[in-house]
Amino acid sequence: MRKTVNWTATVLLLLGCTAIFFPLYMAVMIAFKQPAEMTNDILGALALPADWSLSNFAEAMRVTDFWHSFGNSLLLTVSTVLLAIFLHGLAGFAIGRSVGSSRIYTVIYLYIVSGMFVPFAILMMPLVKQTAQLGMANRLGVVALYTVFFMPLNLMLYKGYLTNIPLALEEAARVDGAGTWKTYWSVVFPIMKPMHATVAVLTAMSTWNDVMTPLVILSGTGQNTLPLAQLNFQTQFGTNYNLAFASYLLALIPILLFYLVCQKQILNGVVNGAVK
Amino acid sequence: MKQSRGAKDRKRTFLLITIPVVALFFCFNTLPLIRGFLYSFTNFKGYGSYDWVGLRNYADLFGDLRVGKSYRFTFQYAVVSTILTNILSLLLALGLSARIKGKSILRGIYFIPNVLGGLVVGYIFSFFFTYVLPAAGRALGIGFLSSSFLSSTSKAWIAIVIVGCWQATALNTIIYIAGLQTVPEEVYEAGAIDGAGGWKRFWSLTFPLIIPFFSINLVLCMKNFLMVFDQIIALTRGGPSQSTESISYLIYNNGMSGGQFGFQSANAFLFFVVIVTISVFQMRITGRKEEQL
Repeated sequence: MRKTVNWTATVLLLLGCTAIFFPLYMAVMIAFKQPAEMTNDILGALALPADWSLSNFAEAMRVTDFWHSFGNSLLLTVSTVLLAIFLHGLAGFAIGRSVGSSRIYTVIYLYIVSGMFVPFAILMMPLVKQTAQLGMANRLGVVALYTVFFMPLNLMLYKGYLTNIPLALEEAARVDGAGTWKTYWSVVFPIMKPMHATVAVLTAMSTWNDVMTPLVILSGTGQNTLPLAQLNFQTQFGTNYNLAFASYLLALIPILLFYLVCQKQILNGVVNGAVK
Repeated sequence: MKQSRGAKDRKRTFLLITIPVVALFFCFNTLPLIRGFLYSFTNFKGYGSYDWVGLRNYADLFGDLRVGKSYRFTFQYAVVSTILTNILSLLLALGLSARIKGKSILRGIYFIPNVLGGLVVGYIFSFFFTYVLPAAGRALGIGFLSSSFLSSTSKAWIAIVIVGCWQATALNTIIYIAGLQTVPEEVYEAGAIDGAGGWKRFWSLTFPLIIPFFSINLVLCMKNFLMVFDQIIALTRGGPSQSTESISYLIYNNGMSGGQFGFQSANAFLFFVVIVTISVFQMRITGRKEEQL
């Protein structure tokens, strides 16, 4: 049978793309315009700007202290991802390899995984008190909270991945005289590489876009993440929507670039995270 | 004996890894949950001294109009958005799994909303609903659209549904696509959009095969929508006149700065019970459906 292209579906899907691109198109148009160009009709928002000047972006960077927030977001995301791969990988190994033979480990596994039922909004108030008491109402505290918050899903992912890996390799390493710790780093850790990618992608995207945790933990410390900066500078933008939209675009560009570069890993990671 | 020494080393290492991990998890997950539960029996304002008030917060919770309103809004929003998102993403997934041109580029495009942060997306849509949509309504003479959705108590929730679906459809679509890949090609090709016969075959052949993915999507969607926060803070801040106050937003707003730390702790705990009940219930139902097949 000759394979024919389904043109109806192709055309419908192409038309549907306008729903995805329209808000982004509008954002770009407004970000490049000057306040005087913003008339009250639809064209005020959607027409092309008179000239493509980057001045709004430069001003938005200055007003919101862009590099500072960007640096914070990057620092929080990278530290959380590294810690997740290190700690959740080890936990997945220790707990995952013991669940079958030990009842205590089964209980521990279920205990941690059931943490998925506890959304941040429920823990928010006591956590704010607790981090303040521990002197952790800062970036370190946020990373610690993320490490705990993503633990249930990541542990489940690592454990699930390990069940398909035969014990024989670890036993071979043991016969060669390697201890468990060394076996993990030289044999198990490299094998889990596809899962590290999934964990990294899921953790990075959730951390990068998260608003609530930095909002309640970092408020009053003068530290902003990129989303938090948009929230905190909202009043300062006032009715200068052009400045505001330049700032929104600046906040979206890093994650869009990340998506462009790692699209395959992101799509795989997201499906793995949801389906496993 | 070498073998047993190896086994001993393995056990000890596992224990040395597990203990700190469990301690960390307990400290920042279970402990705050317990502390929140204890706070829910106090009249703590968030500062200063406080007294135990027994079950009064819980009794007040059920008579509180604002809390009742936030539960009604949150559930209405979550149910409507879950249904809309699943219909849209199932259609998109079918289209994106058919024999189309530029398949991988189109799939990539439809996933974009998922990678963007909810807050900034909310701000962009906020401008759209405040200025662009009413301007379009006036130009086209459609009265329904000519005033801002966001300043109307009866229409603001629709705006939040639209933004929520715009973002959530991306993830659900990818999951449905993964589901359709597990279906033999001949089956879903028959189910693709080509007339009524195709639809019938879709419901009787393809859909039953992707029910596990349908249940994943329902659970994910419902849970995420019930937690709605970023879109609320960006679009309405709970307004107008508290008509779009989600439970998360109410806990944040009144608990953190409204002097209701104790009362909102009770609300948070009630919300926790609700979330667990729904998740267990959903898994039971969808689990049973899969068994029947």
